[in-house]
Amino acid sequence: MPKDGGIGASSKRREDIRFLTGEGNYTDDINLRGQAYVFFLRSDIAHGTINSIDTSAATGMPGVVKIFTAADFEGVGSIPCGWQVTDKHGEVMQEPAHPVLASGKVRHVGEPMAAVVAETLAQARDAAEAIVVDISDLPAVVDMKDALKADAPKVHDDLKSNLCYDWGFVEENKAAVEEAFQNAAHVTTLELRNNRLVANPMEPRVAVGDFARGTGDHTLYTTSQNPHVIRLLMGAFVLGIPEHKLRVVAPDVGGGFGTKIFHYQEEAFVTFAAKACNRPVKWTSSRTEAFMSDAHGRDHVTTIQLALDAENNFTALRTDTHANMGAYLSTFAPSVPTWLHGTLMAGNYRTPLIYVNVKAVFTNTVPVDAYRGAGRPEATFQLERVIDKAAIELGVDAVALRRQNFITEFPYATPVAVEYDTGDYVATMDKLTEIADLAGFEARRKESEARGKLRGLGVNCYIEACGIAPSNLVGQLGARAGLFESATVRVNATGGLVVMTGSHSHGQGHETSFAQVVAEMIGIDENMIEIVHGDTANTPMGMGTYGSRSIAVGGSAMVRATEKIIAKAKKIASHLLEASEGDIELKDGAFSVAGTDKSVAWGDVTLAAYVPHNYPLDDIEPGLEETAFYDPSNFTYPSGAYACEVEVDRDTGQVTIERFAAADDFGNIINPMIVSGQVHGGIAQGIGQALLENCAYDENGQLLSASYMDYAMPRAYDMPFFDVDHSCQTPCTHNPLGVKGCGEAGAIGSPPAVVGAVVDALRSSGRDVTHIDMPLSPNRVWAAMQ
Amino acid sequence: MYNFDFVKPATVDEAVKALGDEDAQALGGGQTLIPTLKQRLASPSKLVSLTGISDMQGVTKDGDSVVIGGGTTHRVVAEDAADAYPGLAGLAGRIGDPAVRNRGTIGGSLANNDPSACYPAAALGSGATIVTNTREIAADDYFQGMFTTALEEGEIITQVRFPIPKVSHYSKIAQPASRFPLVAVFVAQYAGGVRVAVTGASNNGVFRWSEAEAALSQNFAADALEGLTLPADDMIGDLHGTAAYRAHLVGVMTRRAVTAAS
Ligand SMILES: Cc1cc2nc3c(=O)[nH]c(=O)nc-3n(C[C@H](O)[C@H](O)[C@H](O)COP(=O)(O)OP(=O)(O)OC[C@H]3O[C@@H](n4cnc5c(N)ncnc54)[C@H](O)[C@@H]3O)c2cc1C
Repeated sequence: MPKDGGIGASSKRREDIRFLTGEGNYTDDINLRGQAYVFFLRSDIAHGTINSIDTSAATGMPGVVKIFTAADFEGVGSIPCGWQVTDKHGEVMQEPAHPVLASGKVRHVGEPMAAVVAETLAQARDAAEAIVVDISDLPAVVDMKDALKADAPKVHDDLKSNLCYDWGFVEENKAAVEEAFQNAAHVTTLELRNNRLVANPMEPRVAVGDFARGTGDHTLYTTSQNPHVIRLLMGAFVLGIPEHKLRVVAPDVGGGFGTKIFHYQEEAFVTFAAKACNRPVKWTSSRTEAFMSDAHGRDHVTTIQLALDAENNFTALRTDTHANMGAYLSTFAPSVPTWLHGTLMAGNYRTPLIYVNVKAVFTNTVPVDAYRGAGRPEATFQLERVIDKAAIELGVDAVALRRQNFITEFPYATPVAVEYDTGDYVATMDKLTEIADLAGFEARRKESEARGKLRGLGVNCYIEACGIAPSNLVGQLGARAGLFESATVRVNATGGLVVMTGSHSHGQGHETSFAQVVAEMIGIDENMIEIVHGDTANTPMGMGTYGSRSIAVGGSAMVRATEKIIAKAKKIASHLLEASEGDIELKDGAFSVAGTDKSVAWGDVTLAAYVPHNYPLDDIEPGLEETAFYDPSNFTYPSGAYACEVEVDRDTGQVTIERFAAADDFGNIINPMIVSGQVHGGIAQGIGQALLENCAYDENGQLLSASYMDYAMPRAYDMPFFDVDHSCQTPCTHNPLGVKGCGEAGAIGSPPAVVGAVVDALRSSGRDVTHIDMPLSPNRVWAAMQ
Repeated sequence: MYNFDFVKPATVDEAVKALGDEDAQALGGGQTLIPTLKQRLASPSKLVSLTGISDMQGVTKDGDSVVIGGGTTHRVVAEDAADAYPGLAGLAGRIGDPAVRNRGTIGGSLANNDPSACYPAAALGSGATIVTNTREIAADDYFQGMFTTALEEGEIITQVRFPIPKVSHYSKIAQPASRFPLVAVFVAQYAGGVRVAVTGASNNGVFRWSEAEAALSQNFAADALEGLTLPADDMIGDLHGTAAYRAHLVGVMTRRAVTAAS
């Protein structure tokens, strides 16, 4: 029987009522009295020296309030990077300054050079067109390997080269890995590119700065996944505003997918300009600006090698990756190709020796940072693709090869520093075999062939690390932040309660699922619980929503705070019931004395806390409000197995996805409907990456895919109905809910299945194809058939 | 957008007069022009909307031809030309998405002559006549390279006259992002011969594939195209398809159009 409330129930998403009826409150809905608008004059070349910026003609134009250039930001800090990677020689990464407005040079198309604040956006734009920028073109570096050549133009003249870092992991394993390769019975090598993506949340970025002269208080309204992090980074590192004088509000946010984690120049600009102009300043990104200023994702070029013994056991793995950083280091950019990627290279397999080399490279392109999955899709893609290729070379079944090498005992310490607490890869593969009807594939292939189409099947596994992360660990790895989460539970006198969480919700449905957890714990109706997030003024500290960490870390903090509430409420109940505290039980929203029929309702206890007439005032304080901070002791490790079936048009190379199945192990599940929705969305984005999406630059650093005319987003039309299952559940051992997180799995697990399926389809027609780079456009697939 | 004046005349004469002003520009459905204005890539002083001119609306059958008003939307053509000229209606019904089809007009599409637009293939492939406020222009003379036509400044497409073929079909493979044709081919069989018009492929815009026309005029079957290929030299090569791929697709789409023609 499905539950109709609490943990495990598919409660309808309460937030959807306001989203679907136009009652949401997005940042662009916020308009403050006296607000002015900013338009950024952005570079249309990739690399150049700014000789001068002449604003004289623009300054006097109608409506202009003030025009800003880099000169106005002297003394203002650099946009900070939140993670410092140490390279294989023990040296820290090269870290360039990142000015709010381009200073001296422009380094990518879209970099803001000047900003006009005016009464209206149109006036700001008119004035921006009257600004004369004298700029000398410099040759651009776009290709990562070219960027590392000795004579390559430098993106940052004050750095030694375009190499941000050269990371080796685990450096101590390197010699043993080399040796294992020498002794291997078979070595499979695969070169591939993980295509560059633009996140494209439905809501573009928006920022509104406000300054109260009377109090000196700053407020920033922004489309952020983590307002507290923005407050810390911008306040402490850029503008020098202490946290108690800076409020950051991220109200309803229309999707983030990673790209709204980061602190951007535009946020610092509007906050700074609001004070300088003494009036609110608003920026709303156009879609065109989004393409050239939102941090991009992926963009890795990798050579991966897998060594196997004579029995086809994996004996070693070695990878060599170039990771594009773009022109500046975005907030978490350095961590993505390293700690979020190298540590996942074991995948679901018992490979004893692994060495990962990553060269992070500066280029004259938009900064690259975390995008749904962040490092883990890149790890999964190359590992699963090289296994498929090995199976082809060895003439063995690719699923059997995987099964043979599965990790089967937990906890399992990988050779890449992490320890998987739980998992059951056999179970998810078995479940996939069933729901994808793998047994029926050959019949379906025949049916497709009868219609003149090629049909292929791709099956793969994935593992990911979620619930980022133990603060002491990430501190050692270079994080400049802690990665705990916090929650305050405030119970009101009449029994309703508010949870203030640091886990921002921007599509994930926290307001529903978090309430389900507390409802279950206390035994009250979900509607008595309100989830509040997104405002530094009324929530405790928060590290935000990314890395599928919300329920695992934020939810755990909420559980801890609720436990404190229950403990205190029991004390009050024991007083009211004149029983000993140890005998008090909480069930279905009532406190009772064990073994008796004496009980007192939740609401009577909460009322007593606020009207403490009959109350143990000598022992406990009145009121019922508790805060907890939760710092996880490990990552969580969701895993699963995915299958994709495609048809390929022999004449045009067009691919259609005919079936897609996902068997995931997310540990315990709070709301199965929301989890399915997260998987659906992730798969859609994974299919988008595999078939359609391609952020492309030409050799001069011009963005070729700068609008939806050229950047292909997945549409409903491109998707089949998905078969998703999350009944395989090995609960996480180290968080109170036993949850693992589900937000990124779909995007991580799906690209290799799609590519594998297309390769399989082409092979079925006798073509010796082992890999095609994403996106598998009709042209690329056709070319692979020639 | 820059500021502009807006007028919505009720007759062609008034529209022609309004377009006489310096930097005035006609506005059809705005599906091309409005995005251009929003990006500030054009700055007309005045927009003359043609959507209020009833003489430029609608689909009528006139003997062996279908006559379509220059201001008729793609959706109306898709619905109202379905009986008289199903190949043409099928093309109109696959332009863009419903929102685009509800606003975009045949006159706007032909005036714009995007090298990847659909209507130019139908007009050239049908040997249509483009009727303007001053003259009639044969399709063979009208298209003059990408984004270039025989239209003079201020000239308005008031009607397009399509001779109805025996059978026809439009086969299109969509560019993955824009869903405009990556390559599309309009094939129409007339008593006097077969016409094959190709869009999306050439750097010179829509063109007729004369070798295919000759072969199909002899034998209207996909097999007749066996061995015929187009050189890739003048084909568009971009992010979505190389010139060689486009040249190949012209053959595929032509065969499919012939097979599906009805
Ligand atoms: C998302 C999207 C998808 C699309 N997909 C396709 C597609 O698959 N295939 C396709 O073919 N097109 C496609 N289009 C383009 C669409 O068909 C437009 O309708 C067409 O290109 C222009 O028609 P319009 O009426 O909107 O013209 P407008 O944008 O109003 O005008 C375009 C130009 O024509 C001029 N003009 C307009 N009407 C006349 C007239 N009667 N006489 C003389 N000049 C005139 C204008 O001055 C302007 O220069 C798409 C557009 C969008 C936005």
